[in-house]
Amino acid sequence: MVVSCEQVWREISNYLEDDVDPLLREAMEIHIRGCKHCTAVLDGTRNVVHLYGDERMIDVPVGYSQRLQRRLEESMPRPRRTFLGWMVAAAATVLVAGTYELARSSVSGEAELRSPHAQPAKGVPPGLLVVVSPGGKLFHSKVGCPLLHDRAHMRTIAAREAENEGYTPCDRCMKQYL
Amino acid sequence: MPEAVTSLENPAQKFNEEMLIRRIRDGEHELFYELIRPYERRLYAAAFSILRNEADAEDAAQEAVLKAFRHIRQFRAESRFSTWLIQITVNEARMRRRKDRSGMMESIDDTRDDEGNYVPRDLADWHEIPSEALERKEIREKLAQALASLGQKYREVFVLRDVQHLSIDETAKSLGISTASVKTRLLRARLMLRDLLAPGLGGSWTGKLSFEKGAKPW
Repeated sequence: MVVSCEQVWREISNYLEDDVDPLLREAMEIHIRGCKHCTAVLDGTRNVVHLYGDERMIDVPVGYSQRLQRRLEESMPRPRRTFLGWMVAAAATVLVAGTYELARSSVSGEAELRSPHAQPAKGVPPGLLVVVSPGGKLFHSKVGCPLLHDRAHMRTIAAREAENEGYTPCDRCMKQYL
Repeated sequence: MPEAVTSLENPAQKFNEEMLIRRIRDGEHELFYELIRPYERRLYAAAFSILRNEADAEDAAQEAVLKAFRHIRQFRAESRFSTWLIQITVNEARMRRRKDRSGMMESIDDTRDDEGNYVPRDLADWHEIPSEALERKEIREKLAQALASLGQKYREVFVLRDVQHLSIDETAKSLGISTASVKTRLLRARLMLRDLLAPGLGGSWTGKLSFEKGAKPW
């Protein structure tokens, strides 16, 4: 097989990649040995590949690595809690909530009053029938008490239930229980 | 027998990468920089080969790294991590270039391969430029200048194959072109660079590198 200069130039890159069939490679080598121009083309091309393949040819700006690292760190999500961390946090939440509830119940032991300024009942017979109205804050022993409003919707319930619902004794008709 | 230009692949490094990727996916995000550190310079070089501007190249490389981090779960182990990373960088740089030049008449996406053969200049007195010459800043600058003067499609292929040492297949995949196109462009890029650098041998390195008209029929 005989090859021309043009064929050598066309395949010179593949030759350097060792990507030509053995017959062609042999023919190219025979040609190159006898051709100064093709020898120079091969040497020059090989030298180009060699020079540019050197790590020193990759020149990066000063501080490039640091800036890249910093930007990456800034974009990172916050560190995730480990399983143990989550367990500790959950236990602490339960403990705080439990302590709060315990403290609350030990102070009042009763339902929250409808009026924060009212005084809780003392010694009202639990079974005593009283009347309450939906928008009111007091329970009354007398239906005719002037402080009872919204009589159209009043209910008659036991004093215990009234207390559980946060009503307090009327300071007019039930002042003996205050 | 020619000294074949081979792609670098280190099995130990690949194994280490797989371990790191698994741990990052499991939540150890801080390991990501360790994963990309071996390639950070190459990412910059890939971006620079397209954008030819230091600040833009750095910004594109950074953005590519962030995208890789956000999409690490999409990485499939059948390809090399470095190839995947470079592919993201190339896409990012191309997108920026397209955006920057959207109003210009110049065709920036000329992906056609030139017909006809390239005729290398008759420089029968070629002498090798030794690697030691790279210690000299002015030599590195001349090489960089020659590379920058190549057309976009030649520069991209040359940088990925001969500077970054990707394989022909990886280069094709990274650029979204056929292996035949990679080979054609690589041949021309290498011959053009050889012609551009040859005048330096005669002591004219101080002069501006340029093509001689008529010497490039593509």
